[in-house]
Amino acid sequence: MEKALTRPTTYELLRAHGVDRRSFLKFCTMMAAAMGLDATAVGKVVEALEKKPRIPVLWLHGLECTCCSESFIRSSHPIAQDVVLNMISLDLDDTLQAAAGFQVEEIRKRIMKEYPGKYILAVEGNAPTKDGGVYCTVGGQTFLDMLRETAENAMAVVAWGSCASNGCVQAAHPNPTGAMPVHKLIHGKPVINVPGCPPIGEVMTGVITYILTFDRLPELDRIGRPKMFYGQRLHDKCYRRSFFDAGQFVEAWDDEGARKGWCLYKMGCRGPSTYNSCATFKWNNGVSWPIGSGHGCIGCSEANFWDNGPFYQRLSAVPLPGVESTPDQIGKTAAVVAGVGVAAHFGSFLVRRALGARKADGEGHSSGERE
Amino acid sequence: MSTQRVVVDPITRIEGHLRIEAMLDDRKVIKDAMSTGTMWRGIEIILQGRDPRDAWAFTERICGVCTTVHALASVRCVENALGIKVPENAEIIRNIMFLTQYVQDHVIHFYHLHALDWVDVVSALKADPAATAALAQKVSPHWPLASAGYFSDVAATLKKFVESGQLGLFQNAYWGHPAYKLPPEANLMAVAHYLEALRWQKEIIKIHTIFGGKNPHPNYLVGGMPCAIDLNSDNAINMERLNLVRDLINGAITIIEQLYLPDLLAIASFYLEWAAIGGGLGNYMAYGDVPQNGIGDASKFRFPRGIILNKNLAEVLPVDPTDAQQIAEEIAHSWYDYPGGQTALHPFDGVTQPHYTGPRPPYENLDENGKYSWLKAPRWKGTAMEVGPLARVLIGYASGRPEFKEVVTEALGRLGAPPAALFSTLGRTAARGLESRLAVYWLKEEYEHLVTNLKAGINLTADTSKWDPSTWPAEAKGFGFTEAPRGSLGHWVHIKEGKIANYQAVVPSTWNASPKDGKGQHGAYEAALLGTPMADPKQPVEILRTIHSFDPCLACASHVVGPDGRTLATVTVR
Repeated sequence: MEKALTRPTTYELLRAHGVDRRSFLKFCTMMAAAMGLDATAVGKVVEALEKKPRIPVLWLHGLECTCCSESFIRSSHPIAQDVVLNMISLDLDDTLQAAAGFQVEEIRKRIMKEYPGKYILAVEGNAPTKDGGVYCTVGGQTFLDMLRETAENAMAVVAWGSCASNGCVQAAHPNPTGAMPVHKLIHGKPVINVPGCPPIGEVMTGVITYILTFDRLPELDRIGRPKMFYGQRLHDKCYRRSFFDAGQFVEAWDDEGARKGWCLYKMGCRGPSTYNSCATFKWNNGVSWPIGSGHGCIGCSEANFWDNGPFYQRLSAVPLPGVESTPDQIGKTAAVVAGVGVAAHFGSFLVRRALGARKADGEGHSSGERE
Repeated sequence: MSTQRVVVDPITRIEGHLRIEAMLDDRKVIKDAMSTGTMWRGIEIILQGRDPRDAWAFTERICGVCTTVHALASVRCVENALGIKVPENAEIIRNIMFLTQYVQDHVIHFYHLHALDWVDVVSALKADPAATAALAQKVSPHWPLASAGYFSDVAATLKKFVESGQLGLFQNAYWGHPAYKLPPEANLMAVAHYLEALRWQKEIIKIHTIFGGKNPHPNYLVGGMPCAIDLNSDNAINMERLNLVRDLINGAITIIEQLYLPDLLAIASFYLEWAAIGGGLGNYMAYGDVPQNGIGDASKFRFPRGIILNKNLAEVLPVDPTDAQQIAEEIAHSWYDYPGGQTALHPFDGVTQPHYTGPRPPYENLDENGKYSWLKAPRWKGTAMEVGPLARVLIGYASGRPEFKEVVTEALGRLGAPPAALFSTLGRTAARGLESRLAVYWLKEEYEHLVTNLKAGINLTADTSKWDPSTWPAEAKGFGFTEAPRGSLGHWVHIKEGKIANYQAVVPSTWNASPKDGKGQHGAYEAALLGTPMADPKQPVEILRTIHSFDPCLACASHVVGPDGRTLATVTVR
């Protein structure tokens, strides 16, 4: 598109905004680091931002709560302002749009027509499919219709958050509106699922900047999530993991274990079944994350997490790595080692004392776990 | 007399999906208006049969903009049902999170959702940076970012952005409309502060992350708060965490006192005619919040509870939201059915079936004489009420609370306006700023209260005596409430055999955005639009100003509960 080629690049814009080249390079280095790239990739980031015009993004809202938009503006690197003013052309987004009413619809139609195959469709929320889609309309049109229409000529679709990626709260049983995630409604287009309720802000800006920087979509896992952010289980990266392995658990809210920051598995933590970046990036520029502030993970980036049992009911049978044992069995074993001899499950105090005794006895970790 | 119909759908810069249809007379004055919530998610149906201890997480997802407030109302209603009294520290931490939400949410509303109704971005291009600096230094003498160089940079940013030809969020808007009254320098100052506020909002909210682990959607807990306190632990709320909270609060005081309030008053001074437009119902309600002696003692709330009728500031009437005779939801113009043809039900008895009878989409217009919204029409003793910042400030003022008197009197003095000016679009927008000022100092006091407790060795954050469902009665009903940034929020729960039998939320934007009721009384948005003159019906700036002055939140507003867990919608598309 001729029009696209005449647009200023991100670098030109930054230069025009008074950013010198040194600061620009620093920014590129930071962005590369934020995306987990090594130093050799910085050059690519620099090149991409110097030469590419800004890609139009149409951001639609369906059945949702706008937590994804809120999370997006919490991103600290890059900050939302940089993304919106300097990196993409956010042409449509109801939450922040200056225009209203038919003027908004005009924008959507214009971008679809002028940039076929060259705009990104970002979707927050999902579409109710029951009863002809009457449970969500925009400008008199069903959201279902609008979603299909806007996806038709999109280069790619980014499904923000758990609503768009896997249904989230309105799709929980009995799903009264027949809410369906984007990938079940849009076919023949790349759909990037960015789950979480909401996703972490830096994950959202990371997905966008990856596409702009490398001119390709990030590598996805088998359910469409970027591997760079959803490749690892929280439980494997959790800073409280050592307490799980040692059998030290929070047994009741505000108990001694809670104050010492022990493992929340017994309080229902979904860390062992959740794939997300919370344990590594944390939230709100690294300040904390759910487990870090004493509540278990509710697994908000996993499909159907609302229907996976009450949140405070612990997951059954989480095996330990490399050994055929569960936290309860460790407790039992430890107790036996210490000579307490109680067969049934018992409280953390005994387990702790038992483990303490085991360590004091110089018992190896693994010997206690193998019964 | 001819009638022109103006449709604004979507109303942007809000949360959720709202449609306004306004009918103009031949002088282009709004003579009738229709407020329509165009989405419905059915979260209360989804809650049935669940563990009541999980309800906060579901209801918190009613809204991610007012994140936190539904969780708070939810834990309070479950605690009320089960007879749980939370430890004082938990109450304080909840107050801190609540007030943090106010300050952050109100600043975002002013700069990012509302300002563009008053600020012409394109006009800012004509501003002289030196003159802008002089203006900014006069408006807020202590705010540091006010040099000519700073405004020159902002102007350059704006210029290049506009010249790129890709106007993004700012395209196709109403720039140059005669309703925009600010001089270019004031516009440039506001654009600069739009960007400053966008940077700051992600900082203050870290208080939620400290206590609740993340934002949006921090974690709550029935019986207290999940963040344990231990000054001798590096894995709990300790000195380092408290220091961060304190610093963030101090930063927020600077933003409210030196950015938000000065900008608010400066911009308002150019739009004083809006102190006579958009008044609407004149009936105001607040449940009150920020308890100082437990949630059961409403007399000790920082935001007092009460009702003002017909703009009468001489009398504050009592309100009891648990009284079935006082609050009911009507459906005369809402896409629902009540069994047996009933027209109004109290939330504890809320039994509803969605029943869409609107036109088959895509449609041009809805019918003001028929059903036209997914929102129900809540009423207090049959009367439509406005809730939100203006209601709270008026009730505090009319209750004779000195702190409310002080901020209101000072602001009115600076604008040279009488108290009656508050009953307006401008008054609503100003009240939001005034209560932010109260909130940010209360935030500091709540923090100091927490530190005082810790000094005295009081560390408890949760009461777990009734955590186990085996300790619960076979059946219990509870009511929980809060004053969300957008107004009075109530949650009602009915617990049976350890599960949720029924759950209902009556939400601020449902009060404000409600359609007409059976008696034909308009909701607050509709009433506020009546009598508004429009310069150009194709550029509905006037409608946006008044509707945005309420800070609409439509995901919150549309909700419904069914009689059992399997309620199915019945739909008739005509």
